[in-house]
Amino acid sequence: MHELGIAQNILDIVRQAVPENLAPDIRKIRIRVGQFAGVIPESLDFCFGVMAEESGMKQAALLIEEVPTACRCRDCGREFTLKEWVFLCPHCGGANLEVTSGKELEVVDIELVDHGGEAS
Amino acid sequence: MSIITVERKVLEKNDQIAERNRRFFRDRGIFVLNLVSSPGAGKTSILERTFERMRDSCRMAVIEGDVQTDLDAQRVAEYQVPVVQIVTMGGCHLEAGLVADAMGKMDLDGTDLLFIENVGNLVCPSGYDLGEDLKVVVLSTTEGDDKPLKYPAMFRNASVLIINKTDLIPYVNCRLDVLRDNALKINPDLRIFEVSCQTGAGIDAWCEWLGGKGARGQ
Ligand SMILES: Nc1nc2c(ncn2[C@@H]2O[C@H](COP(=O)(O)OP(=O)(O)O)[C@@H](O)[C@H]2O)c(=O)[nH]1
Ligand SMILES: [Mg+2]
Ligand SMILES: [Zn+2]
Repeated sequence: MHELGIAQNILDIVRQAVPENLAPDIRKIRIRVGQFAGVIPESLDFCFGVMAEESGMKQAALLIEEVPTACRCRDCGREFTLKEWVFLCPHCGGANLEVTSGKELEVVDIELVDHGGEAS
Repeated sequence: MSIITVERKVLEKNDQIAERNRRFFRDRGIFVLNLVSSPGAGKTSILERTFERMRDSCRMAVIEGDVQTDLDAQRVAEYQVPVVQIVTMGGCHLEAGLVADAMGKMDLDGTDLLFIENVGNLVCPSGYDLGEDLKVVVLSTTEGDDKPLKYPAMFRNASVLIINKTDLIPYVNCRLDVLRDNALKINPDLRIFEVSCQTGAGIDAWCEWLGGKGARGQ
């Protein structure tokens, strides 16, 4: 269950980006998760929910953007997204591929409500 | 609503420490292997067979990762190989910081090969760089020939696959050629060794390759 550790890292990064007194105003934390990052989005979402609750970000929700695995063929130069886990170029059959995306695990941005700007 | 742009890697702290570990190893000419597998595939057994063959020709050391006990470290210590145990207290993978702590507890000067035996798990360790030169994934024949397809990230990120327990092939439902094909579909560059720690078959080929990596001035 290393999603717990990942959720902790996300919270640390958010804390460094948002002053403590604004933590309750956080609504969304957008993260990018590659298909290939070894993270299960559902369980990350669950772990994050539990931990955010405890850390004063009661209304913060994770917005998970899943990134498909994309490759570039070093033989024919073409790019494509992987359908199944077969690392072969669908154009030329080459196996000499560079994985160009799909390993991402990044915090993109954080959305907060503005006080005064919204009646709540 | 206001938006704060962050654009930071979730594992950036781990990656930074891993880079520091890697520089430390490079400066001292230590070749580092991160061993990963499901629990019981035979990582410690492979280390034992390796020490028997290579302890006279090569200076080796081990960092053992385990969820609970230091039993593996005790097994390794019997071969007079320096070993430090990391107990992760339930953690399902090693992180670069834990490895850095362990490095601080050993004298690695003069070491040719350092093995890091990761926690038994084929999912979580794949995302955590420890500062190693390469990952070795160990798969035993009892686990079935479809495992590479179920854990593609691990097989893609590894450079070496050791298929262990080949002595059990007559008794289990594992087709070696299918297993090899599946692994190479995920990672055509994978170097594959087939061994049995029980009979010692295939250990020579593995050790010969390893000896080349541990040789000084590479
Ligand atoms: N039959 C057979 N058993 C093996 C072989 N290699 C390891 N084992 C057994 O498998 C079990 C787990 O091995 P171990 O090295 O502790 O696995 P680890 O958890 O990956 O370190 C032990 O009981 C070993 O004796 C092998 O090649 N053949
Ligand atoms: Mg072991
Ligand atoms: Zn191609």
